[in-house]
Amino acid sequence: MALLDRIKGGRAARRLPGVVASFLHVDAAVDAIRALRAKGYRNLVVYSPAPNHEIEEALEHRVSPVRLLTLIGGLTGCTAGFAMTIWMSYDWPLIVGGKTIASIPPYVVIAFELTILMGALSTVVAVAFFSVLMGKRGAPYDPRFSDDTIGIFVPTTPDQLGPIEQLLRSAGATEVRHESA
Amino acid sequence: MAVVAQPHEAPDVHVIDQTHAEVTRDVVATLGPPSRGYVLLLFGAVSLFLIGICTFLVLLKDGLGHAGYNPPVFWSVYITTFVFWVGIGHAGTLISAILFLFRSPWRTAVYRSTEVMTVFAVMTAGLFPIIHIGRQWIFYWLLPYPNERYLWPNFKSPLIWDVFAISTYLTVSTTFLVFGLIPDVAAVRDKVSGWRRAIYSWSSVGWKGTDNQWRHYSRAYLYLAALATPLVLSVHSVVSWDFASGIVPGWHGTIFAPYFVAGAIYSGIGMVLTLIIPLRRALGIEHMIHSYHFDNLAKLTLLTGSILFYAYAMEYFVAWYSGNTFEQTTFYRRAFGPMWWAGWSMIICNAFVSQLLWFRKIRTNLTSLFIISIFINIGMWFERYVIIVSSLSNDYLPWAWDQMNPTWADWGILLGSFGWFGMWFLLFAKTFPIVAIQEIKEMIPMPRKRGGHG
Repeated sequence: MALLDRIKGGRAARRLPGVVASFLHVDAAVDAIRALRAKGYRNLVVYSPAPNHEIEEALEHRVSPVRLLTLIGGLTGCTAGFAMTIWMSYDWPLIVGGKTIASIPPYVVIAFELTILMGALSTVVAVAFFSVLMGKRGAPYDPRFSDDTIGIFVPTTPDQLGPIEQLLRSAGATEVRHESA
Repeated sequence: MAVVAQPHEAPDVHVIDQTHAEVTRDVVATLGPPSRGYVLLLFGAVSLFLIGICTFLVLLKDGLGHAGYNPPVFWSVYITTFVFWVGIGHAGTLISAILFLFRSPWRTAVYRSTEVMTVFAVMTAGLFPIIHIGRQWIFYWLLPYPNERYLWPNFKSPLIWDVFAISTYLTVSTTFLVFGLIPDVAAVRDKVSGWRRAIYSWSSVGWKGTDNQWRHYSRAYLYLAALATPLVLSVHSVVSWDFASGIVPGWHGTIFAPYFVAGAIYSGIGMVLTLIIPLRRALGIEHMIHSYHFDNLAKLTLLTGSILFYAYAMEYFVAWYSGNTFEQTTFYRRAFGPMWWAGWSMIICNAFVSQLLWFRKIRTNLTSLFIISIFINIGMWFERYVIIVSSLSNDYLPWAWDQMNPTWADWGILLGSFGWFGMWFLLFAKTFPIVAIQEIKEMIPMPRKRGGHG
């Protein structure tokens, strides 16, 4: 239900209060992430124009669960391919030269194609699902984050704003902005 | 130290000497107002497409009698063109998926345009079996759906495998293309204003480039590439089995699957060259796609062209070595029969012309590459025409032998297919980033406060 609420609440999502910092240097952003995480701020949102390994390592994410859905989708497709062809062969038997009604080798082609098809489609569905489910709504965004700037958003309460801004600036943020709810 | 061949250019020549902001700026600039040349090309494409539509309307009204079918040849230009367009698609998937898994950095600059080519080529190809079946309005009989006669498709037939292979290929390559576009569309969204911003906002499906989004996205992209990879090899194998599982002399060869796959990639790279050599100039992205990329594309062409050369030689050798008179007659007539001109066009354009690419001067000269790419396109169309038509025209019963000659209905649909493909490709190039912004940025090291690059 949480997912449904998130989808429904899309536009009306409350803006989260906190601090947004922009970085032009990747090592500065990585320093800031490490320092924030060391201080216990683990709820960060990091924006980047392209995926970056240093940022990923600093955030210490576990492997995305997308792969599980890819596997399930692929296996479902494979099973469906064999089940459909075999069942349909017996539903209207075409007996040619007394040979077996459902012959597996030609059906491998169908099962293979459906494995790929279902695997790919379930992967995309999984990305949409996990991005919404595990994402944070209401985090502020800046158009430069898709261009050449790395952004870090730290959701926090007003009394923490000062020290966090200090930390971000000393790491090398080019710009720090406060977001109120 | 052992002697190692030195690359002729610096090893990191594929790294584009630009900042992230410049990449966004240059790619967004390709979406600006169209030039006169673009409008003329689009006009040409739409005109060809209209020729195709008019031809199709006549076929719809009167039936396939207008096409040049003549017994015993009942598969001709439409099936030839179907195989031609499916083949074109394969180079795109090779470059976008297989070279992604191989971590070939040079693919980044060209893969979006090849992936677009794949989707539209397969989309074009998919129309041909439907045109060919004659009663186009009941094409859905090919699909397994519950019907009142309780009939199901015959899954032992290669033609049904084809239905599944082509529709899977179209779906997966479209998914792969659209999925790869999402971050780029978001980058365009953040640079434009007004109604364009509204459209790009909607089509970027809420992409913000957060760590959470990238984390799932990068993984998923890897899996999509891994899933698309076997399709490169399987789809054209299935297409080749449409022929190879028939017992027609000239078709019934075990070499068909690898032969067709190599031919598909060869023809596809030919089409890539035909498309991106003019496109890079028209869109002002010459600094992103340059001689390094063309050299690599040409090497792939040389590799697949040489595999084709081997396959052609092997077909003739096996025909002779088999001692089978029907097989021998078919291959004798390919070279010296009534269709000798088509047979030699195929051998010269594919096997011989590709061998010119051994020379680096030719590989890095865009004019010569463009001319070679036109030869490849023509040669590969003729290859399928020769395999299909010449094999059918002389099968086991000499008294039934006959030739077919394509009519206006065949040429009209063929021209229309080029127009239809060109129209979509041109429209895409002005609507969406034809160079992958996000992947190029991934290749460019981000600036560091402590100086230096990554």
